[in-house]
Amino acid sequence: MAFMSVLSEAAIPAVIIAILIVGAWKNVPVFDTFLEGAKEGLATAIRILPVLVGIMLAINVFKESGALDILVDLLKPVVNFFGIPEEIVPMAILRPISGSASLGLLSRQLKEYGPDSLVGKILSVMMGSTETIFYTVAVYFGAIGVKKTRGTVWIALIAGLAGMISSVIVCRLLP
Amino acid sequence: MYTFRTGIIELIEYKSIGIYMLNYLWLAMILLGVVWAVVTGRLGDVTKAVISSAEEGVQLSIVLLGILCLWSGVMKIAQKSGLIRSLTNFSKVLFAKLFPDVPENHSALGAMVLTFAANFLGLGNAATPLAIKAMEELHKLNNRRDTASDAMVLFIVINASCLQFIPTNVIALREAAGSANAVAILPHVWISSFISTIIAIIFYYLFLLMEKRRDYALWHL
Repeated sequence: MAFMSVLSEAAIPAVIIAILIVGAWKNVPVFDTFLEGAKEGLATAIRILPVLVGIMLAINVFKESGALDILVDLLKPVVNFFGIPEEIVPMAILRPISGSASLGLLSRQLKEYGPDSLVGKILSVMMGSTETIFYTVAVYFGAIGVKKTRGTVWIALIAGLAGMISSVIVCRLLP
Repeated sequence: MYTFRTGIIELIEYKSIGIYMLNYLWLAMILLGVVWAVVTGRLGDVTKAVISSAEEGVQLSIVLLGILCLWSGVMKIAQKSGLIRSLTNFSKVLFAKLFPDVPENHSALGAMVLTFAANFLGLGNAATPLAIKAMEELHKLNNRRDTASDAMVLFIVINASCLQFIPTNVIALREAAGSANAVAILPHVWISSFISTIIAIIFYYLFLLMEKRRDYALWHL
């Protein structure tokens, strides 16, 4: 376990240092290049701002009216069958559909349940280890005009579900 | 022949399917929320929620703004120094086995591995154009114009199962929510995304087997 925590603490600095050293070695003007990339990051952040405001509106209204509790109650038997805590249901629905929407939801739920609680951890791991499946499939196939996608959606959804279930199990097993 | 231009037109049309889905979902959430608030007499709470959501949306993008700039900047250095390209060459051997229909020196393999590398390093924005390039290259090897090839299915399901080393957005949000140790979830993310990728590959092979047996109808989507 000690090894795991060293590894997780070292991951980000190690990646950054490795990239900087290789960059300097290859004579890349590191700070100029950093700024160039950071500008692209800024553009992305500005592009998602309106999306996030809109998503927060829907999530907040749905939550504060109590409608969310009904949805969670309805899906309780299904998630209990898979051993998933019911607080995670909204994320499980939203994650495959929209990346920014699930980021908005994650932010709200982390504040509500606490980032270091079991639910907070499961939500974080779920967000980090699953993808926006519908978007990925639609954009990738859409780009080349393939209409018969065979089993792609099903396989991706099964893998996504496996990722969600394993997020729950891994968070329960590892402290 | 599909050109890049027709590809883009299709892209816009296909994308709209995803947007429709979110349109309905968004509308349904707000409508159901307001109707239910009237029924239960919680309109006051909903009013507060409407006003605070605008602020929350801006706060959230400010949290993400910093980390997005930082990480995009660092990754630009990795791109320019050729680090991502050498990572690609390193993992080509492994991926050549998974995609037997793709010749070893075909540019499709390079584009695919580059996409995986970009996703792995949390370069989501760089990954999309690379992935589209990879799909175009795969389509050149595909003799059925409107149907996905085996390689395309596997390429997409591996991408959709999300192999990610450092989920920067999640870490930033945990930090903003006051986590004592925001990176503590990294090993959990690695294990969990590894499992989902393995499951994706297993089910891909199962699917090929099932398809051979002509149990077609259920899977056809």
